[in-house]
Amino acid sequence: MGAWHIEVDENVCVGSGMCAALAPDRFVLEGPAASVVQGAADTDADEVLLDVADSCPASAVTVTDGESGEVLGPRP
Amino acid sequence: MLGPPGATQSAQGRTALPVTTGNPPSATFPWERPLTSTTPPTSTSLSLPAPVPYPFNEQGDGLGLHAAYADAREGAGMVRVRLPHGEPAWLATRYEDARFVLGDLRFSRAMALENDEPRYNAARSKPSILSMDPPDHTRLRTLVSRAFTRHQVEGLRPWVRELTSGLLDEMVAAGSPADLVENFALPLPVQVICELLGVPASDRGQFRVWSDALLSTTRLTEDELKENQDQLTGYLAGYVAERRADPRDDLMSGLIEARDAKDRLSEEELVSLCVAILVAGHETTASQIPNFVWTLLEQPEEWQRLVDDPELVPGAVEELMRYIPLGAGAAFPRYAKEDVEVGGVLVRRGEAVVVSLGSANRDPARFDEPETLRFDRPANQHLGFGHGVHHCLGAQLARMELQEALRALVTKVPGLRIAGEPEWKRQMLVRAPRVLPVGW
Ligand code: HEM
Repeated sequence: MGAWHIEVDENVCVGSGMCAALAPDRFVLEGPAASVVQGAADTDADEVLLDVADSCPASAVTVTDGESGEVLGPRP
Repeated sequence: MLGPPGATQSAQGRTALPVTTGNPPSATFPWERPLTSTTPPTSTSLSLPAPVPYPFNEQGDGLGLHAAYADAREGAGMVRVRLPHGEPAWLATRYEDARFVLGDLRFSRAMALENDEPRYNAARSKPSILSMDPPDHTRLRTLVSRAFTRHQVEGLRPWVRELTSGLLDEMVAAGSPADLVENFALPLPVQVICELLGVPASDRGQFRVWSDALLSTTRLTEDELKENQDQLTGYLAGYVAERRADPRDDLMSGLIEARDAKDRLSEEELVSLCVAILVAGHETTASQIPNFVWTLLEQPEEWQRLVDDPELVPGAVEELMRYIPLGAGAAFPRYAKEDVEVGGVLVRRGEAVVVSLGSANRDPARFDEPETLRFDRPANQHLGFGHGVHHCLGAQLARMELQEALRALVTKVPGLRIAGEPEWKRQMLVRAPRVLPVGW
C-alpha cells in the first residue's frame, strides 16, 4: 500500500482525544479541537490510523490514499 | 427543599490566584473538606462556600431551566452544591468551564468509584465505560466504537425510516388523540437498540422495565434497584453466552468478536457495556422525542417552519439538543486528580465537579440569544451529547433516530397538536413527558 494522508475536521471535532490517545505521534489535542501533528499528515500506511478514524465519535478524522485520494477511513 | 441558591451565593468560590483576604468564614462541616486533599492548602483556600441544595429544578415541572443557573453563570460560575446523596461538589454552569472540565484529563471519572460520589440515588454506581479513565477507557471505546460510526448508522437509516413511518401509520389508524410516548417515542429507540444488540422481540417489554428502574432516582429502594440491575446483568450474561456459542450478524456478536492487536473484551466488560448501551440509548432518545414535540408545539411557528421545509430537520435536531435541558440536574461527577483552576476557582485535588450541560447550552457567552430556537445556528457546538473522552458513544445513532422521528412527524402528521396535559416524569435522571396526549 502507498502512503496515506490524514486530516482532522476541527469544526466537527468534539475533543474526545481518541486520536491523540491511539496515535500520539500523529495527533495532538491542545485546546478545543484535535489536529494532526505538524509534518505528520502524510504518513506510511498504518492500521492504527484506520482505528483512529473509525473510533472518532464525531467522524472528524479522515484517512485518504495519498495518491488516488480514495477515502480509506472511517471504514464503512 | 430544593430552594434556589439566590442570596446565599454571594461568597462563592475560592479565588485561585492572587488571594484576597477577608472571605467570610464559611461553616466548616467535616463533609465539606474531602479527606483525599493532601496538598497543603493556603489559608484562604480552606474556606469553601457552604453548598446549596441541588438540583435546583423541582421534579416534574416541565423543561424550564431554573433561574439559579443564569444567576450562577453571571455570578461565580462555579457553585458549591450538595446532591441528595454523597459528598458536596462544584457545579460548572458556564459553557467554557463545562467544556474544560469534560475535556481535561486531570479530571477523572474513575475516582468517582472510590469516593462518596455526589449522586441522586442512594445506590453507588457500578463500574462501566462511563466510569473509566484513559488508557483503559480508550481501549474499550476503540473496540466498541466501530459499531457506532456514522457509516454504520447511515446503513440503519432506511430501516429506521420504515419503522418511524410504520409506527405513525398505526397511531393514526387507531385515531386521534393518542399518547405520543407510548405509541411512538418509546417503541422507536427500544426497537433500534434491541435490533442492534439482536435482542428478541419477545424480551423487549422487559427491557423497558429494567431500563426505567436503572434510571430512576429515588422511586426505588436500594434493594429494588440492585435487584433490577442484577436481573438485567443476569439476562445479558446468558445472552452473551448464547451468542458466543452461536454468533449472528448483530452488535452483540460483533462485540464478542471485537479485538484489537492485543486483546478483546472480557465477559464482564461485555455485559457492562451492553447495560450501558441499553440504558444510555433507550431512555434518552425516548425522552427527547416528546421533548422536541412539546417544545416545537409551544412555539407553533417553529413547528410550521419544519412542516414547510423538512430539509431543516437536521439543523433543528441540533438546535433542540442544545435548547432542551434534558437532565434533571448535572450528573456523573468528575474528580480532580490534582489542583486545577476552573473559571477562576481553585478545584483542589480530590474534589468533585458536576457539569450542567443544560446551563452550558444556554450560556449567552457562547450562544447568541440562547433562549431563542434558531435552526440555522452557525457552529452549533452544543454539549447535549457531552464532550471529551466520554462524548456520547451513540450520538450519531441518536441524531439519526431523532432526525427520522421528526421528519416522519412533520411530513405525516403536519397538523399535530397537544391534546391534553402532559404527565411529567418524576424522579428520573432525565426529564420528559411520561404521557403526551396529541391530536391531529
Ligand atoms: C438523545 C439521545 C442521547 C443523549 C441526549 C445522550 C447523551 C449523552 C451524554 C451527555 C453522554 C456523556 C455523559 C458524560 O460524559 O457525563 C453520553 C454518553 C454515552 N452515551 Fe449517550 N445519549 C443519547 C443517546 C445514546 C444512544 C442511542 C446510545 C447507544 C446506543 C448512547 C450510549 C452512550 C454511552 C455508551 C455513553 C458513555 C460513553 C463513554 O463513557 O465513553 N447514548 N450520552
